[in-house]
Amino acid sequence: MRSEDGGKPDAAVVRDALGVGVAVGLSGFAFGVTSVGSGLTLLQTCALSLLVFTGASQFALVGALAGGGNPFTAAAGAFFLGVRNAFYGLRLSQLLALPRAVRPFAAQWVIDETTAVALAQPTRRSVRIGFTVTGLTLYVLWNLTTLLGALGADAIGDTDAWGLDAAGPAVFLALLAPMIKTTTERVVAGLAVVLGLGLLPVLPAGVPVLVAALAAPAVLWAEGRRRARTGPAEDDDTVGEGR
Amino acid sequence: MNIWIAIGLTAVGCYAVKLIGLLIPAGLLERPLVQRLAALLPVALLAALTAQQTFADGRVLVLDAKAAGLAAAGVALLLRAPFLLVVAAAVLVTAGVRAMAG
Repeated sequence: MRSEDGGKPDAAVVRDALGVGVAVGLSGFAFGVTSVGSGLTLLQTCALSLLVFTGASQFALVGALAGGGNPFTAAAGAFFLGVRNAFYGLRLSQLLALPRAVRPFAAQWVIDETTAVALAQPTRRSVRIGFTVTGLTLYVLWNLTTLLGALGADAIGDTDAWGLDAAGPAVFLALLAPMIKTTTERVVAGLAVVLGLGLLPVLPAGVPVLVAALAAPAVLWAEGRRRARTGPAEDDDTVGEGR
Repeated sequence: MNIWIAIGLTAVGCYAVKLIGLLIPAGLLERPLVQRLAALLPVALLAALTAQQTFADGRVLVLDAKAAGLAAAGVALLLRAPFLLVVAAAVLVTAGVRAMAG
Protein backbone atom coordinates (compact mmCIF):
# COMPACT_ATOMS: atom_id res chain seq x y z
CA MET A 1 0.00 0.00 0.00
CA ARG A 2 1.01 3.59 -0.46
CA SER A 3 2.19 5.19 2.76
CA GLU A 4 -0.36 7.50 4.38
CA ASP A 5 1.94 10.49 4.69
CA GLY A 6 3.11 10.24 1.09
CA GLY A 7 6.62 10.86 2.27
CA LYS A 8 7.92 12.31 -0.99
CA PRO A 9 9.79 15.62 -0.65
CA ASP A 10 8.75 18.43 -3.04
CA ALA A 11 12.30 18.62 -4.37
CA ALA A 12 12.16 14.98 -5.47
CA VAL A 13 8.88 15.59 -7.30
CA VAL A 14 10.30 18.66 -9.02
CA ARG A 15 13.41 16.71 -10.03
CA ASP A 16 11.35 13.88 -11.57
CA ALA A 17 9.11 16.37 -13.36
CA LEU A 18 12.05 18.34 -14.71
CA GLY A 19 13.67 15.12 -15.94
CA VAL A 20 10.62 14.27 -18.02
CA GLY A 21 9.93 17.86 -19.06
CA VAL A 22 13.46 18.53 -20.25
CA ALA A 23 14.01 15.21 -22.03
CA VAL A 24 10.70 15.29 -23.87
CA GLY A 25 10.80 19.05 -24.36
CA LEU A 26 14.09 18.74 -26.21
CA SER A 27 12.49 16.29 -28.63
CA GLY A 28 10.48 19.21 -30.04
CA PHE A 29 13.62 19.72 -32.08
CA ALA A 30 12.90 16.49 -33.96
CA PHE A 31 9.36 17.72 -34.62
CA GLY A 32 10.54 21.09 -35.93
CA VAL A 33 12.97 19.44 -38.32
CA THR A 34 10.41 16.86 -39.49
CA SER A 35 7.64 19.40 -39.98
CA VAL A 36 9.65 21.82 -42.12
CA GLY A 37 11.14 18.84 -43.94
CA SER A 38 7.56 17.79 -44.76
CA GLY A 39 6.84 21.11 -46.45
CA LEU A 40 5.18 23.16 -43.69
CA THR A 41 6.33 26.74 -43.11
CA LEU A 42 8.09 27.94 -40.00
CA LEU A 43 4.91 29.68 -38.82
CA GLN A 44 2.74 26.59 -39.40
CA THR A 45 5.22 24.40 -37.56
CA CYS A 46 5.33 26.69 -34.54
CA ALA A 47 1.53 27.11 -34.55
CA LEU A 48 1.17 23.33 -34.26
CA SER A 49 3.40 23.12 -31.19
CA LEU A 50 1.75 26.13 -29.54
CA LEU A 51 -1.88 25.21 -30.26
CA VAL A 52 -2.01 21.43 -30.60
CA PHE A 53 0.72 20.54 -28.09
CA THR A 54 0.40 16.78 -28.20
CA GLY A 55 3.41 15.30 -29.97
CA ALA A 56 1.95 12.16 -31.49
CA SER A 57 -0.92 14.14 -33.10
CA GLN A 58 1.52 16.73 -34.47
CA PHE A 59 3.76 14.07 -36.02
CA ALA A 60 0.68 12.32 -37.43
CA LEU A 61 -0.69 15.50 -39.00
CA VAL A 62 2.61 16.48 -40.58
CA GLY A 63 3.14 12.95 -41.88
CA ALA A 64 -0.33 12.84 -43.42
CA LEU A 65 0.04 16.26 -45.08
CA ALA A 66 3.45 15.30 -46.46
CA GLY A 67 1.90 12.13 -47.88
CA GLY A 68 -0.53 14.30 -49.83
CA GLY A 69 -3.54 13.66 -47.60
CA ASN A 70 -6.39 16.18 -47.74
CA PRO A 71 -6.65 18.50 -44.71
CA PHE A 72 -9.75 16.81 -43.32
CA THR A 73 -8.38 13.25 -43.33
CA ALA A 74 -5.08 14.50 -41.96
CA ALA A 75 -6.81 16.38 -39.15
CA ALA A 76 -9.04 13.38 -38.41
CA GLY A 77 -6.02 11.12 -37.93
CA ALA A 78 -4.35 13.63 -35.63
CA PHE A 79 -7.60 14.10 -33.73
CA PHE A 80 -8.04 10.34 -33.20
CA LEU A 81 -4.57 10.20 -31.72
CA GLY A 82 -5.47 13.11 -29.44
CA VAL A 83 -8.62 11.44 -28.11
CA ARG A 84 -6.53 9.50 -25.60
CA ASN A 85 -5.92 12.78 -23.78
CA ALA A 86 -9.61 12.79 -22.81
CA PHE A 87 -9.01 9.57 -20.89
CA TYR A 88 -5.95 11.06 -19.24
CA GLY A 89 -8.08 14.07 -18.29
CA LEU A 90 -10.66 11.77 -16.66
CA ARG A 91 -7.97 10.38 -14.40
CA LEU A 92 -6.25 13.72 -13.81
CA SER A 93 -9.39 15.64 -12.86
CA GLN A 94 -9.77 13.16 -10.02
CA LEU A 95 -6.15 13.42 -8.86
CA LEU A 96 -5.70 17.16 -9.33
CA ALA A 97 -9.15 18.20 -8.07
CA LEU A 98 -8.79 21.59 -9.73
CA PRO A 99 -11.34 24.39 -9.31
CA ARG A 100 -13.63 24.54 -12.36
CA ALA A 101 -12.35 27.97 -13.41
CA VAL A 102 -8.76 26.70 -13.65
CA ARG A 103 -9.56 23.65 -15.79
CA PRO A 104 -9.70 25.40 -19.20
CA PHE A 105 -6.15 26.64 -18.56
CA ALA A 106 -4.83 23.33 -17.28
CA ALA A 107 -6.40 21.46 -20.20
CA GLN A 108 -3.71 22.30 -22.76
CA TRP A 109 -1.16 20.48 -20.58
CA VAL A 110 -3.15 17.23 -20.37
CA ILE A 111 -0.82 14.94 -22.33
CA ASP A 112 1.01 11.61 -21.95
CA GLU A 113 3.96 12.96 -20.02
CA THR A 114 2.16 15.17 -17.48
CA THR A 115 -0.27 12.31 -16.84
CA ALA A 116 2.51 9.79 -16.32
CA VAL A 117 4.35 12.06 -13.87
CA ALA A 118 1.14 12.98 -12.01
CA LEU A 119 0.02 9.35 -11.75
CA ALA A 120 3.34 8.36 -10.21
CA GLN A 121 2.89 10.74 -7.25
CA PRO A 122 1.65 9.61 -3.82
CA THR A 123 -0.19 12.73 -2.58
CA ARG A 124 -2.44 15.46 -4.03
CA ARG A 125 0.21 18.08 -3.33
CA SER A 126 2.88 16.13 -5.22
CA VAL A 127 0.42 15.35 -8.04
CA ARG A 128 -0.21 19.08 -8.50
CA ILE A 129 3.49 19.96 -8.34
CA GLY A 130 4.39 17.16 -10.75
CA PHE A 131 1.69 18.15 -13.25
CA THR A 132 2.53 21.87 -13.15
CA VAL A 133 6.31 21.55 -13.35
CA THR A 134 6.17 18.92 -16.11
CA GLY A 135 3.55 20.92 -18.04
CA LEU A 136 5.38 24.23 -17.81
CA THR A 137 8.87 22.88 -18.61
CA LEU A 138 7.60 20.77 -21.43
CA TYR A 139 5.44 23.49 -22.98
CA VAL A 140 8.24 26.08 -22.94
CA LEU A 141 10.97 23.73 -24.15
CA TRP A 142 8.83 21.94 -26.71
CA ASN A 143 7.93 25.24 -28.37
CA LEU A 144 11.45 26.61 -28.16
CA THR A 145 13.05 23.50 -29.65
CA THR A 146 10.33 23.29 -32.31
CA LEU A 147 11.41 26.76 -33.44
CA LEU A 148 15.10 25.82 -33.35
CA GLY A 149 14.45 22.58 -35.25
CA ALA A 150 12.39 24.42 -37.87
CA LEU A 151 15.12 27.02 -38.31
CA GLY A 152 17.88 24.41 -38.47
CA ALA A 153 16.10 21.83 -40.62
CA ASP A 154 18.18 22.50 -43.71
CA ALA A 155 21.46 22.31 -41.81
CA ILE A 156 20.61 18.97 -40.16
CA GLY A 157 19.74 17.06 -43.31
CA ASP A 158 18.42 13.54 -42.64
CA THR A 159 17.11 13.33 -39.04
CA ASP A 160 16.83 9.55 -39.24
CA ALA A 161 20.60 9.28 -39.69
CA TRP A 162 20.92 10.92 -36.26
CA GLY A 163 18.53 8.39 -34.72
CA LEU A 164 16.13 11.19 -33.72
CA ASP A 165 13.13 9.13 -34.83
CA ALA A 166 13.85 6.68 -31.97
CA ALA A 167 13.31 9.41 -29.36
CA GLY A 168 9.50 9.22 -29.60
CA PRO A 169 9.07 5.50 -28.89
CA ALA A 170 11.77 5.61 -26.18
CA VAL A 171 9.82 8.39 -24.45
CA PHE A 172 6.61 6.36 -24.61
CA LEU A 173 8.37 3.26 -23.27
CA ALA A 174 9.87 5.20 -20.36
CA LEU A 175 6.42 6.55 -19.49
CA LEU A 176 4.78 3.16 -19.80
CA ALA A 177 7.25 1.14 -17.71
CA PRO A 178 6.21 2.38 -14.25
CA MET A 179 2.51 1.86 -15.11
CA ILE A 180 3.00 -1.87 -15.63
CA LYS A 181 3.08 -3.67 -12.31
CA THR A 182 0.36 -6.31 -12.24
CA THR A 183 -0.60 -9.19 -14.51
CA THR A 184 -3.69 -7.30 -15.63
CA GLU A 185 -1.59 -4.33 -16.75
CA ARG A 186 0.84 -6.58 -18.62
CA VAL A 187 -1.99 -8.35 -20.43
CA VAL A 188 -3.57 -5.01 -21.40
CA ALA A 189 -0.23 -3.73 -22.74
CA GLY A 190 0.43 -6.94 -24.68
CA LEU A 191 -3.03 -7.02 -26.24
CA ALA A 192 -2.77 -3.32 -27.14
CA VAL A 193 0.53 -3.92 -28.95
CA VAL A 194 -0.98 -6.79 -30.95
CA LEU A 195 -4.05 -4.71 -31.89
CA GLY A 196 -2.06 -1.57 -32.63
CA LEU A 197 0.36 -3.35 -34.98
CA GLY A 198 -2.05 -5.91 -36.40
CA LEU A 199 -4.66 -3.37 -37.47
CA LEU A 200 -2.20 -0.77 -38.73
CA PRO A 201 -2.12 -2.00 -42.34
CA VAL A 202 -5.91 -2.34 -42.61
CA LEU A 203 -7.42 0.70 -40.83
CA PRO A 204 -7.03 4.45 -41.51
CA ALA A 205 -4.22 6.30 -39.72
CA GLY A 206 -4.92 6.91 -36.04
CA VAL A 207 -7.77 4.41 -35.77
CA PRO A 208 -5.67 1.33 -34.76
CA VAL A 209 -4.47 3.15 -31.62
CA LEU A 210 -8.08 3.81 -30.63
CA VAL A 211 -9.03 0.18 -31.22
CA ALA A 212 -5.98 -0.85 -29.18
CA ALA A 213 -7.41 1.23 -26.31
CA LEU A 214 -10.26 -1.29 -26.22
CA ALA A 215 -7.74 -3.73 -24.73
CA ALA A 216 -8.42 -2.06 -21.38
CA PRO A 217 -12.20 -2.69 -21.18
CA ALA A 218 -11.77 -6.09 -22.86
CA VAL A 219 -9.30 -7.32 -20.24
CA LEU A 220 -11.37 -5.86 -17.39
CA TRP A 221 -14.42 -7.67 -18.75
CA ALA A 222 -12.55 -10.97 -19.05
CA GLU A 223 -11.20 -10.51 -15.55
CA GLY A 224 -14.70 -9.90 -14.20
CA ARG A 225 -15.98 -13.07 -15.88
CA ARG A 226 -13.15 -15.13 -14.45
CA ARG A 227 -13.69 -13.71 -10.98
CA ALA A 228 -17.38 -14.49 -11.15
CA ARG A 229 -16.53 -18.12 -11.95
CA THR A 230 -13.71 -18.74 -9.46
CA GLY A 231 -15.03 -16.64 -6.59
CA PRO A 232 -13.50 -13.49 -5.10
CA ALA A 233 -10.25 -15.18 -3.97
CA GLU A 234 -8.30 -14.04 -7.05
CA ASP A 235 -6.31 -10.96 -6.21
CA ASP A 236 -3.36 -10.61 -8.52
CA ASP A 237 -4.12 -6.94 -8.94
CA THR A 238 -3.36 -5.53 -5.51
CA VAL A 239 -2.00 -2.03 -6.06
CA GLY A 240 1.25 -0.46 -5.10
CA GLU A 241 3.68 -3.21 -4.16
CA GLY A 242 6.41 -0.67 -4.89
CA ARG A 243 9.16 -0.84 -7.43
CA MET B 1 -4.55 27.39 -47.03
CA ASN B 2 -5.28 23.67 -46.86
CA ILE B 3 -2.55 23.23 -44.29
CA TRP B 4 -3.97 26.02 -42.13
CA ILE B 5 -7.40 24.34 -42.24
CA ALA B 6 -5.82 21.09 -41.04
CA ILE B 7 -3.92 22.91 -38.29
CA GLY B 8 -7.06 24.75 -37.15
CA LEU B 9 -9.22 21.61 -37.03
CA THR B 10 -6.53 19.65 -35.20
CA ALA B 11 -5.90 22.42 -32.66
CA VAL B 12 -9.60 22.84 -31.84
CA GLY B 13 -10.28 19.10 -31.75
CA CYS B 14 -7.28 18.22 -29.62
CA TYR B 15 -7.97 21.01 -27.11
CA ALA B 16 -11.63 20.01 -26.90
CA VAL B 17 -10.88 16.40 -25.96
CA LYS B 18 -8.35 17.49 -23.34
CA LEU B 19 -10.93 19.80 -21.77
CA ILE B 20 -13.76 17.26 -21.92
CA GLY B 21 -11.70 14.80 -19.87
CA LEU B 22 -11.16 17.37 -17.15
CA LEU B 23 -14.80 18.54 -17.08
CA ILE B 24 -16.57 15.22 -16.68
CA PRO B 25 -18.34 15.27 -13.28
CA ALA B 26 -16.43 13.66 -10.42
CA GLY B 27 -19.43 11.61 -9.33
CA LEU B 28 -19.15 9.48 -12.43
CA LEU B 29 -15.57 8.63 -11.56
CA GLU B 30 -16.23 7.28 -8.09
CA ARG B 31 -17.35 3.91 -9.41
CA PRO B 32 -14.49 1.39 -9.02
CA LEU B 33 -14.96 0.02 -12.54
CA VAL B 34 -14.57 3.48 -14.10
CA GLN B 35 -11.47 4.11 -12.00
CA ARG B 36 -9.89 0.82 -13.08
CA LEU B 37 -10.71 1.61 -16.69
CA ALA B 38 -9.28 5.12 -16.53
CA ALA B 39 -6.06 3.70 -15.06
CA LEU B 40 -5.75 0.96 -17.68
CA LEU B 41 -6.55 3.03 -20.78
CA PRO B 42 -3.26 4.96 -20.72
CA VAL B 43 -1.42 1.63 -20.43
CA ALA B 44 -3.12 0.34 -23.58
CA LEU B 45 -2.61 3.57 -25.51
CA LEU B 46 1.05 4.03 -24.61
CA ALA B 47 1.82 0.39 -25.39
CA ALA B 48 0.18 0.65 -28.81
CA LEU B 49 1.93 3.95 -29.58
CA THR B 50 5.34 2.61 -28.54
CA ALA B 51 4.90 -0.41 -30.80
CA GLN B 52 3.63 1.66 -33.74
CA GLN B 53 6.35 4.28 -33.57
CA THR B 54 8.98 1.54 -33.40
CA PHE B 55 7.70 -0.97 -35.93
CA ALA B 56 5.68 1.10 -38.38
CA ASP B 57 6.55 3.36 -41.27
CA GLY B 58 3.29 4.96 -42.26
CA ARG B 59 0.95 1.98 -42.53
CA VAL B 60 3.64 -0.57 -43.31
CA LEU B 61 5.25 -2.71 -40.60
CA VAL B 62 9.05 -2.56 -40.59
CA LEU B 63 11.93 -3.92 -38.53
CA ASP B 64 14.82 -1.45 -38.56
CA ALA B 65 17.45 0.18 -36.35
CA LYS B 66 14.73 1.72 -34.16
CA ALA B 67 14.04 -1.75 -32.71
CA ALA B 68 17.65 -1.92 -31.50
CA GLY B 69 17.28 1.59 -30.09
CA LEU B 70 14.11 0.64 -28.22
CA ALA B 71 15.81 -2.49 -26.85
CA ALA B 72 18.60 -0.26 -25.55
CA ALA B 73 16.00 1.98 -23.91
CA GLY B 74 14.45 -1.12 -22.31
CA VAL B 75 17.79 -2.19 -20.87
CA ALA B 76 18.40 1.35 -19.56
CA LEU B 77 14.97 1.24 -17.88
CA LEU B 78 15.75 -2.11 -16.25
CA LEU B 79 18.96 -0.57 -14.92
CA ARG B 80 16.83 2.31 -13.55
CA ALA B 81 18.61 4.92 -15.63
CA PRO B 82 17.19 8.47 -15.52
CA PHE B 83 14.71 9.51 -18.20
CA LEU B 84 17.12 11.55 -20.31
CA LEU B 85 19.61 8.65 -20.42
CA VAL B 86 16.89 6.22 -21.54
CA VAL B 87 16.03 8.45 -24.50
CA ALA B 88 19.69 9.14 -25.25
CA ALA B 89 20.43 5.40 -25.31
CA ALA B 90 17.66 4.84 -27.87
CA VAL B 91 18.85 7.69 -30.11
CA LEU B 92 22.55 6.77 -29.93
CA VAL B 93 22.04 3.05 -30.54
CA THR B 94 19.67 3.74 -33.45
CA ALA B 95 22.15 6.16 -35.03
CA GLY B 96 25.01 3.71 -34.38
CA VAL B 97 23.24 0.76 -35.98
CA ARG B 98 22.36 2.89 -39.03
CA ALA B 99 25.95 4.13 -39.32
CA MET B 100 27.28 0.56 -39.23
CA ALA B 101 24.66 -0.71 -41.65
CA GLY B 102 25.82 2.05 -44.01
